Amino acid sequence: MLRVLAPGPLATVQDAGRPGWAAIGVPRSGAADRAAHDLANRLVGNLPSAATVEATAGGLRLRAERTTLVAVTGAPVPVTVAGRAAPCNAPLTVPAGAELVLGTPAIGLRSYVAVRGGVDVAQVLGSRSTDRLSGLGPEPLAAGDVLAVGDAAGEEPVVDVAPVRPPPDRPVLRVLPGPRRDWLAPDAWTRLTSDGWTVSPDSDRVGLRLTGPRLERARDDELPSEGLVPGAVQVPPDGAPVLFLADHPVTGGYPVLAVVVTADLPMAAQLRPGDELRFRAAR
Amino acid sequence: MSDRLVVLPYGDRALLVEVDGLDAVAAVRTALDHDPLPGQVDLVPAARTVLVLLDRPPAETDSARLRRLPLTPPAGDDAVRTVDLPVVFDGPDLSDVADLTGRPVPQLVEELTAAELTVAFGGFAPGFGYLTGLPEHLHVPRRSTPRTRVPAGAVGLAGPFAGAYPRASPGGWQLVGRTDAVLFDVDRDPPALLIPGTRVRLREVR
Repeated sequence: MLRVLAPGPLATVQDAGRPGWAAIGVPRSGAADRAAHDLANRLVGNLPSAATVEATAGGLRLRAERTTLVAVTGAPVPVTVAGRAAPCNAPLTVPAGAELVLGTPAIGLRSYVAVRGGVDVAQVLGSRSTDRLSGLGPEPLAAGDVLAVGDAAGEEPVVDVAPVRPPPDRPVLRVLPGPRRDWLAPDAWTRLTSDGWTVSPDSDRVGLRLTGPRLERARDDELPSEGLVPGAVQVPPDGAPVLFLADHPVTGGYPVLAVVVTADLPMAAQLRPGDELRFRAAR
Repeated sequence: MSDRLVVLPYGDRALLVEVDGLDAVAAVRTALDHDPLPGQVDLVPAARTVLVLLDRPPAETDSARLRRLPLTPPAGDDAVRTVDLPVVFDGPDLSDVADLTGRPVPQLVEELTAAELTVAFGGFAPGFGYLTGLPEHLHVPRRSTPRTRVPAGAVGLAGPFAGAYPRASPGGWQLVGRTDAVLFDVDRDPPALLIPGTRVRLREVR
């Protein structure tokens, strides 16, 4: 059992999400940085289906009610266990009654805490993820919450520390053309992939709102709503693109100019308001 | 009906099938429900498209197979589910809709309850179904100013569609009534009452 002493700015339980329900309007959701979430599970020997805690901008404090194996991955944060500094990307033993404390990351946004056995909150449509758009799944963590530990443990972990590159200073996301590139002005793709962009404060698990040059439309008629994917770069009438993340809506009514390649979505999930980024054509 | 089917690239895990209308969307959706592509993890039917989500990069063989999909639903397919949706017709926009469609309220209600509707697709929120099949003279524009809060159970019209809000949300549809039907329940299988392909009749209750 883990007791939440402080959640930080936002902490939620996340797993691989709830795919398969899009036709009835249910977003996939799940960990925003899937690579970090998966690594956290591997470091404590969990099955891939186990749920972790996604801490946004650090500040998370948990107390282990019994001796527990944990790992912290994602945005690199100062970590302490029972008051002593401990590394990220490594299995850590938290003795019974001791605290695991995440400081504030200097770079990156989302850190993941895996606990051996997985966080066991009630499943909703096969997933323990909190979906900030649809409201499905558990409420974000609050001080005083008690998290049960499940039985999603596999083999004993054997890795002492995983080599992980820190988030890049100058992030570049690779993009493929989207299905509605022709709905934007001919230079929109060029501007997207050559100019600089800034993450606006109005960004969350649903998506990153980006400021930069205004991307002009080539067509003014209305696009009937169509399906969205994580990484879709949609351009609303104000010309400021939105890059969709884990809790993106199932459908959208504005043209999708580009799609970030799946391998770069974890990098996108670590961007925070004010961060600058670039896009590069993947081919 | 035209037989146009275009497969559009959509990143490295999806393909977008574009067709000309809702019948073809239903045909594509039905075909892929019954005989999925290898690694198909989700389908998103919409007004003119079906998004096919995969757990791997799409291959040229996928596009080739999608281009051969039928554009008319197979005759005598699955027994179609029918839902009777009980509606109290007392929505705040009922008289506006009556004015817009040029018929008195009782006649409007009669025509709405006579319409044979079908859930074409979902997408706005969990359990929201876009119902098609309204006669053309009942197509009304959205409200010029959307409401910041539409209560759960509200039944509304917008363009060619009717729909019922599973939970409170902002919305710009013209509200003609309300239903107490449970539109979405995570403990039910399927969780949504109005899944694509379901036939729906609005039944007037007082």
